[in-house]
Amino acid sequence: MSTNKALDIAGAADESAVRRAISSTVRPTPAGPVASAFTFAWRGMLKVKHVPEQLLDVTITPVMFVLMFTYIFGGAIAGSTGEYRDYLLPGILVMSVLFTTVYSGVALNTDLTKGVVDRFRSLPIWRPAPLLGSMIGDSARYLANGTVIILLGVALGFRPGAGVPGVLSALALVVAFAFGLSWVFTTVGLVMRSPSAVMNTGFMAIFPLTFLSNVFVESESLPGPLEAFVDVNPISILATTSRGLMEGNVEAGDIAVVLAVAVGLTAVFAPLTTRLYRRS
Amino acid sequence: MTSETALAIEATGLVKSFGEVRAVDGVDLAVRRGSVYGVLGPNGAGKTTTIRMLATLIRPDAGTATVLGHDLVGEPDAVRAAISLTGQLASVDEDLTGRENLVLLGRLLGFTRAAAKARAAELLDAFGLGEAAGRVVKHYSGGMRRRLDIAASIVVTPDVMFLDEPTTGLDPRSRNQVWDIVRALVAEGTTILLCTQYLEEADQLADGLAVIDHGRVIAEGTPGQLKASIGSGALRVRLLDPAQRPEAQQVLERELGPVTLEADPAAVSAPCGDGDRGAMAVAELARAGIRIADFSLGQPSLDEVFLALTGHPSDIGSGDIGEEQAV
Repeated sequence: MSTNKALDIAGAADESAVRRAISSTVRPTPAGPVASAFTFAWRGMLKVKHVPEQLLDVTITPVMFVLMFTYIFGGAIAGSTGEYRDYLLPGILVMSVLFTTVYSGVALNTDLTKGVVDRFRSLPIWRPAPLLGSMIGDSARYLANGTVIILLGVALGFRPGAGVPGVLSALALVVAFAFGLSWVFTTVGLVMRSPSAVMNTGFMAIFPLTFLSNVFVESESLPGPLEAFVDVNPISILATTSRGLMEGNVEAGDIAVVLAVAVGLTAVFAPLTTRLYRRS
Repeated sequence: MTSETALAIEATGLVKSFGEVRAVDGVDLAVRRGSVYGVLGPNGAGKTTTIRMLATLIRPDAGTATVLGHDLVGEPDAVRAAISLTGQLASVDEDLTGRENLVLLGRLLGFTRAAAKARAAELLDAFGLGEAAGRVVKHYSGGMRRRLDIAASIVVTPDVMFLDEPTTGLDPRSRNQVWDIVRALVAEGTTILLCTQYLEEADQLADGLAVIDHGRVIAEGTPGQLKASIGSGALRVRLLDPAQRPEAQQVLERELGPVTLEADPAAVSAPCGDGDRGAMAVAELARAGIRIADFSLGQPSLDEVFLALTGHPSDIGSGDIGEEQAV
């Protein structure tokens, strides 16, 4: 507080300089839709730079899961820790990135409690630019998050059959799916009253959905009705497809299903988010 | 029509309801180009809602308005190109540095990266934020935040600027700085719509003034006219003995008019047309045996303006920051 005071006193507005700055008549043409969206994406990255903590828990939790499940349960579940690691890692990649999508909603809700959104909305720019931009910025975060998990796996001896191209295509697919899913959470972010409510709702939905998938165990070991649910859970299909891409035995149909779900979520929730954002 | 070129903002019958509450209930405004127009009222009077409609953030339920001849609903993009908004909550990103905030806006407004950086540096220096440019705004003091907020509003110098309670919560020094900046803006030709709770602020800055209460304009004119209509000042008296307040109230009501009982149990105030009447009222208090700790003649407070204009107190300070009606 005392340093703020000192700074404040040191820096008073200089009236003649203010007048000079105001008298500037430079008025460029405002940025177009693409340029403004990418400017907002840059804003998202700056936030990660200044507040890296917000990424910490969504990264640490999956790292702990990898270590715990591999070394504590791995032997019991799959017979050997190495075999289970290879099964688990693509699944944890999915889990980790999908958990991060909740933060898109939290960030949007946080924004709305501040005055800065009013400024953005009073600018002569394409209206959905702030939304689309933060989604692009978030996708970069998903990529970073996924990369951490993959590097951890490699450090633990994960050597998938399809090599680097396989891993990269799996990562790309997971990020594409996350982009679609994050629109669900931005909708939640606009409906809920507080950032923590968004977070609770988001995790209450995504946590059971992740466990009721084949991220951790094969669905065959589950009781009938549960197995049926796990088999149709899009998160299972995404995990299976990621494994397939990494091992080089993917089924094209699975990729199509994953992309279709991502497109479907975007088609429904992106316009819904935009409408709610405009009214909020 | 000549008025179309002479008026920067023209609003007729603006209405906005939130549920049951008519936050803005038929507001008319006519703001001359290049002037500062004050909108004076307590929390919940409808000031912020009016500004948000004029800045195209929310659509009016009824009524029409133009900003520089552009219709709010029909040509929102043209309106947005001409205005900038400094909201009641600081309209800057707290997680970014001061410099990043201004560069971000510069880029959105169409500057190249280099030009945006140069403009940001120019503004930061002019507003005395050069040293703090690389610090995250969260750590700024209230005065610094306000200055950055205003700097953010003039990355491209707007034709019309909306300032929503720019000095609420600031210390007197920071407040004077903000006033100087507003004067500089006006000198350079920007039209300013200023919402405030402080009569003194309106008096210092505004050429014209509307007083609003419960979503309606209840008085309009220059600050001089307004003050003349309610008396040029107020007499404030602090009593030695709070128990004598009812007596003091009686005397002042007889001498001067409606008395405001302040939160301080020993204080009373009343509007008085001129210093002579005030002095005589003090003499009357002394004659009645009421012992006075101190007294002063000063600007009528918004409370007193409201009391004089509406006959009821203004509920100042009982409202929330939002526009939920403070009844």
